[in-house]
Amino acid sequence: MRTATQIAADVRGGVRRAVDELADAYAAIAARNEELHVFLHLDEAGAATQAGAVDAAVARGDDPGPLAGVPVALKDNLCQRGVPTTASSKILEGWRPPYTATVVERLLGAGAVPVGKTNLDEFAMGSSTENSAFGPTRNPLDPARVPGGSSGGSAAAVAAGMTPVALGSDTGGSIRQPAALCGLVGVKPTYGLVSRYGLIAFASSLDQIGPLTTTVADAALVLEVISGHDPRDSTSLPEPAPTLVAHLGDGVAGLRVGVVSELVEGSDPEVVSAVERAASVLRDAGATLVNLSIPEIRLGLSAYYLIAPAEASSNLARYDGVRYGLRVDAPDVAAMNEATRTVGFGAEVKRRIMLGTYALSAGYYDEYYGQALKVRTRMIEAFALAYQQADLLIGATTPSVAFAFGTKTADPMAMYLNDVFTIPTNLSGDAAVSVPFGTGEADLPIGVQLLGPGRSEARLLAAARVLEIAEGRA
Amino acid sequence: MSALSREDVAKVARLARLSLSDEELDLFTGQLSRVLEHATDMDALDLADVVPTAHPFGLTNVVRGDDLTACLDRDEVLAAAPDVQDDRFGVPRIVGDAP
Amino acid sequence: MSRPDGFEMVVGLEVHTELKTATKLFCGCANRFGAEPNTLICPVCLGLPGSLPVLNERAVELAMAIGFALHCTVSPSTFHRKNYFYPDMPKDYQISQYDQPINVGGYLDLPDGSRVSIERAHMEEDTGKSTHLGGTGRIHGADRSLVDYNRSGVPLVEIVSGPDMTSSAQARAYVSELRGVLIAVGASDGRMEEGSLRVDANVSVRRAGEPLGTRCEIKNLNSLRSVARAIDFEARRQIELIGTGGVVRQETRHWDENDEVTSTLRTKEEAEDYRYFREPDLVDLAPDEAWQERVRATLGPLPAQRRAELAARLDAPTPAQLDAVTTVVDLDLEEYVHAAADAKADAALALSRVVNEVAAGLDGRARLSPGAFTQVVAMEQSGELSATQAKTVLGELLASGGDPAGIAAAHGFERLGEDDLAAMITTLISEHPEEWARYRDGDDKLAQFFVGLVMKATRGQANGKDVTANLESRR
Repeated sequence: MRTATQIAADVRGGVRRAVDELADAYAAIAARNEELHVFLHLDEAGAATQAGAVDAAVARGDDPGPLAGVPVALKDNLCQRGVPTTASSKILEGWRPPYTATVVERLLGAGAVPVGKTNLDEFAMGSSTENSAFGPTRNPLDPARVPGGSSGGSAAAVAAGMTPVALGSDTGGSIRQPAALCGLVGVKPTYGLVSRYGLIAFASSLDQIGPLTTTVADAALVLEVISGHDPRDSTSLPEPAPTLVAHLGDGVAGLRVGVVSELVEGSDPEVVSAVERAASVLRDAGATLVNLSIPEIRLGLSAYYLIAPAEASSNLARYDGVRYGLRVDAPDVAAMNEATRTVGFGAEVKRRIMLGTYALSAGYYDEYYGQALKVRTRMIEAFALAYQQADLLIGATTPSVAFAFGTKTADPMAMYLNDVFTIPTNLSGDAAVSVPFGTGEADLPIGVQLLGPGRSEARLLAAARVLEIAEGRA
Repeated sequence: MSALSREDVAKVARLARLSLSDEELDLFTGQLSRVLEHATDMDALDLADVVPTAHPFGLTNVVRGDDLTACLDRDEVLAAAPDVQDDRFGVPRIVGDAP
Repeated sequence: MSRPDGFEMVVGLEVHTELKTATKLFCGCANRFGAEPNTLICPVCLGLPGSLPVLNERAVELAMAIGFALHCTVSPSTFHRKNYFYPDMPKDYQISQYDQPINVGGYLDLPDGSRVSIERAHMEEDTGKSTHLGGTGRIHGADRSLVDYNRSGVPLVEIVSGPDMTSSAQARAYVSELRGVLIAVGASDGRMEEGSLRVDANVSVRRAGEPLGTRCEIKNLNSLRSVARAIDFEARRQIELIGTGGVVRQETRHWDENDEVTSTLRTKEEAEDYRYFREPDLVDLAPDEAWQERVRATLGPLPAQRRAELAARLDAPTPAQLDAVTTVVDLDLEEYVHAAADAKADAALALSRVVNEVAAGLDGRARLSPGAFTQVVAMEQSGELSATQAKTVLGELLASGGDPAGIAAAHGFERLGEDDLAAMITTLISEHPEEWARYRDGDDKLAQFFVGLVMKATRGQANGKDVTANLESRR
């Protein structure tokens, strides 16, 4: 499949038409969507209109935008006016938002062509997409295995060659982990870099939207389009989108790369050696390696599994059957709320809502949520300290390669352990990129994670590019 | 850390407007207990003087001007509603007052 | 204040005011009363999935203005979520302020000289409004309810007093004075009947010297009258309950305007647990000195100061005059008195004319300039116009404008000439020889008898002082 960079160049140059790129995308979708269950909804009419508009702009000699004609898959927790948006939950089945998310508006403004909404773990809670209310998505590289989660559908769309770009969201690793399991580049931007307006909220202080792509250059291109200040998001960083594509060739000479022991602990041996090999590639390219230990990382899981559910329990209260979505009737409104939510939410969502409600409840707040917030501060401080000694950090994205369906669903903790390397950056608010590097069991891809302080995307993507070249991709 | 009892879970479910079967109550009590037990590792740190962080990059005083923006089309909004009467959202009887 | 039965009441008030902003607290929908249902909504105030709040700068400024006016400290603050399910709350949580409110620790001085402490005044968003169908239209006994979210997200400031008040009269005076302050700083329109100002009263009773009793909260009182009556009823109810050996339960009660009782709905088994936590979609608020100064600079004088300045124009004001001062300031009419006093006219007379005649014709106040008012007062003071005539001229100025001299001339309000007056008095003296004799011999009171006759004969056009002067000269 061609990259977004190539497609945009061809469409902008009048070499290819957007409608033809779209046709290719739909052909690829038709080939495997039923098998893999990637898309929950295909917006053929909207995509056709947008592709036509892009072609018309090119014909007029107007600038059609940096992503002209690029088909894009959108995780189904991103609102798009008039297009069914479900967050993979029965409670929003059939809901069509009356407004569009900022990132989608920016994609449209850049000439990109959203083709449809992809499957996810219900309300973005999960690491395998097995929690979707509408059935799981299969990993294109091995359909007996999970694509990761919660952005499993988005990862599968790109890995299956359906679209070169997908948007996902990352709260505890939900972009990076599926990217790793599907052999893709995935970016969790600095908290506040990308507007959350229109992203169905899971955990407000942790959620970020980001790209899943096959190349680092495509990730950079998409990020330039979707990031930058949004007055509709109070937590949005004040500055405009950073320059990223121009810095891809910066290399890593002179940079200090921290090799963090806690970011490979407990991983499969192939994952550990992939990280080691990646570190030496960076060293050979002129970076200095520094061995670091950040013990606070080990507490990330506990803090995360109190903070995220707490915020989620509040964010998901609005699904009460009153104004939109599912309603299960009952004689009084409280009973109606209860009946609706009991039928409408899956088990994992209920579990997290209850965990979060408990962590916030009177008498337990200090012990659980309050404590977790303090651990978070300590984690932020620990990373800040680490970034005094290193310009970026390296580790694994996930402890293992893609696993088979049903192998981690019996015990929630087993599933949560998937996120141990990704969670810390959500807690600190810093940036992180997962880059495919090497293979493990059954030839499945491994993801190596590069972490950097807030606003360091340019540096991280340049380092990711070095790894990408070393692997012979692009 | 306190132990999580079945009654705690039942109470929390009510607060969250979720109704659980007896089997679910048992299952969830066990599962949630495991998560909370795991969280006891946070006790290893001395966190007495640590202050929670608001925004990780210290944003403050984000405001907007008192300017009108377009509202939503009422028909489009009500079209998504399960129960509409007199251009309002209908709900079954409310028992008890607003807290 | 101890009552005859040995009990005292303790009252604290929570007053919610909607702020006079153009738009809502967290979105750009219009902040407007009376629109068609569900026409002033957007993803934010409807709490749609994916929506995010952005704080209204003007609401912050008005909140600060309220804080300054109530002598509070404007402090760095955060927003918290107050979590509970209710159909008029689109997110099923309310964005409010919890342990770090914007205004802390102030007070309000009342006209009677007492001071009520203010614990805090914080910002929060309003909810939607439900109407209840079936039953009596009240929530109890309704079959279903209909919700309108136009009001959802309207900015509120909640002002919490200390439990300092000891009578319903004081509570009423507090609300009245607070309302005046809120209107004066431009934060509120004070329309209790429209719900832009709402009062919750916390009432408890105790015997003198004992610790505080259990309090009950009476919610949503929306007139000064209800405030006073509900508090009195509740205090009496609690005293009677204790008197018959009962125990006051902490509960929320409602004031029924028609039956004039407080009552409680079925109490829930569990108390609400609001699970407050810091609102992650908003950042902290810390208005710097410069911003605070800009707001402080816009504050004009508050009602208490305006009353003091007006009273200062009077020589040894009587209680009745002080009441008049309060009314004149409440009605925002003091400029007329000041204008007259500045022109060296009689301030007491000016005050009387404002609180009576001008207040009666309030609709036309734009037609009456302070200069014209001053002229009328001066004309009355010099005798050119009688009191009755002056009132007529004022009434006409308010009703249709014009100029005082012109109106007086049109009405033929000329001072009765000295000779004509003397001739009339001579005639009256000859018609009432006994009364004249008594007056001539020293009974001053009879001057009024003749003044009355002259007034009757001239249909109020004569000047009483002229009459008495003439009578005097004949003694």
